[in-house]
Amino acid sequence: MVLLERVVKTYPKADNLRVTALAPIDLTVGPGEFLALQGPSGSGKTTCLLIAGGLLRPDSGKVLIDGQDLYRMTRNELATFRARTIGFVFQQYHLIPYLTVLENILAPEAAQAKGNNQRRGRELAEQFGLAHRLEHTPGELSAGEKQRTALARALLFEPKVILADEITGNLDDENAQIVLGYLREYVRAGGSVLLVTHDREIAGQADRVHHLAQGKESEVAQ
Amino acid sequence: MTIWQLVIKEILRRKANFVSGLIAVTVSVGVLAGSMTILRLHDLRTEQIVTQKEQETRQRMAVLEDDYRKIMKNLGFNLLILPKDQKLSDFYADEVVSAFMPDSYATRLAAAKIVTIRHLLPSLEEKVKWPEKKRTIVLIGTRGEVPSLFRDAREPILVAVPKDHAVIGSELAESLGLKQGDRITLFGRKFTVSQCNEERGSKDDISIWIDLAQAQEILAKPGQINAILALKCICEGNELALVRRDVAAVLPGVQVIEEGTKVLTRAEARDRAAKEAGEAVAAEVHNRWQLRDEQEEFSAILVPLVLLMSGLWIGLVFYANVRERRSEIGILRALGARSWTILRLFLTKALLMGVIGALAGYALGVLAGIIREQEATLSLLELRVFLLASCTAIILSLAASWLPAYYAAQQDPAEVLREE
Repeated sequence: MVLLERVVKTYPKADNLRVTALAPIDLTVGPGEFLALQGPSGSGKTTCLLIAGGLLRPDSGKVLIDGQDLYRMTRNELATFRARTIGFVFQQYHLIPYLTVLENILAPEAAQAKGNNQRRGRELAEQFGLAHRLEHTPGELSAGEKQRTALARALLFEPKVILADEITGNLDDENAQIVLGYLREYVRAGGSVLLVTHDREIAGQADRVHHLAQGKESEVAQ
Repeated sequence: MTIWQLVIKEILRRKANFVSGLIAVTVSVGVLAGSMTILRLHDLRTEQIVTQKEQETRQRMAVLEDDYRKIMKNLGFNLLILPKDQKLSDFYADEVVSAFMPDSYATRLAAAKIVTIRHLLPSLEEKVKWPEKKRTIVLIGTRGEVPSLFRDAREPILVAVPKDHAVIGSELAESLGLKQGDRITLFGRKFTVSQCNEERGSKDDISIWIDLAQAQEILAKPGQINAILALKCICEGNELALVRRDVAAVLPGVQVIEEGTKVLTRAEARDRAAKEAGEAVAAEVHNRWQLRDEQEEFSAILVPLVLLMSGLWIGLVFYANVRERRSEIGILRALGARSWTILRLFLTKALLMGVIGALAGYALGVLAGIIREQEATLSLLELRVFLLASCTAIILSLAASWLPAYYAAQQDPAEVLREE
């Protein structure tokens, strides 16, 4: 489902030098698979996730999702593809502060400027235990509720892939397990999850773990 | 969830940001609408002033007309009593009377109790060839005023020409080199020039006045006259019919006309007064237009300046908004928003700002204009001004927000999300 082939990413530095953020990496996440990408800070985890999500063009290599080469698409094609195929969840939730929980879950509608998914939004809110918080804004939610809202938002258009970046980083153990439980449920339903984490324990709950050390990968089978 | 809902929610969340932009739009539209309202009010007032001045002129003319009547009444009309068989068309064409009537008519008129007739001057005149000088002249015999038997004696306004004396018209005097005291021969008789008249621009300039009896002898019209001039008649112009009726009762064989020069003088005076009044109105209009030009020039500087300042301010407001919403833009891009969607997010907000600013600014501008000019009228609510204000407001806010919106649309979502 998700395939990264010899992907390299460098960033410019002073004096025309470049720093390697991601050494050549090959990565595959199949349908119904939960892959954790684990590594210390600065190892290029988030860079890898953004490249996989079509948000950051690599210097070289190929990224295929559902058989589509992301970086051969135009910007608009990529945006549409991303909206239909990929769900993002971030550590900082990135909820829109002036929207209610329900509106945040429905935010992809506005991004896509189409559809009426009120019913689906309410179903997701209920599924993620947010039914009593529908009219609340992010400022009135707990960290766990915020992350569940972000997860519900990522699932609005039933994407084939979830890309999650340190999503348990701000959660206590209980909430972290709840959120991971939802991800596993999604994987059981046939979805693919690529979870970026520095936490060995969290990574241990995935089907497979890729270790990144300063851009170098090593794989550990579970 | 639509873009509009997102925009409205954002505005409600960040009211200060929206209101500060809105104030800029409102002020600029207000200045524009206010300037146009003031100019419009100026035009309306000019129209009012002109209408008022014209009304005043009409009233003054009516008063003037009345005054002339009164003056004419005091001065009296000059009437000319002519033989009934005198063709007026011939008289108006030649200014010479060709029919005759007995000179006793003047005495009969003086003896009659007609209060409207005063100062009767019978005359006999005829266009003749002056044999001694071989010149065409109008020979006029006059006997001076016939005194009224029923009125207090008044000083006669014209003195009779003494026997063997002659009064010479200016053209004759000049061309023949005649002066007072000269002796002339007229139809074989000797006359002393008692007076040479000033130029009058009429047949008088080729006329010679002599004693009526001598004229009757020369012209072989004993006891005949052909006109009686009645000066300073006490009546108004519209009472001419009354005079005619009174005269006809005494002298059925005559006709009465008003001497033209007086009528013309009155008309001329009236025309001059009207012309002066018209010039006064035109001067007022000219001054008003000059004032309008000055106001227009001032607006032509003020309005673009305010628009420019407002545009800069709106640009800054939107730039601050974009900076504040970096994370939101990043996540919307991650959720599949295209650049155009992000652009729309800001331009929709700018459009709302423009529309609300247009309404508020227009209302404020018209109100400010009304307060300044202390005048309100429904005709100030011009569709043209409203449309101009609306277009200006919308274009201003869209143009000023375009660069920040474009900057937002071009923002790299990866950069924002990685920063977080």
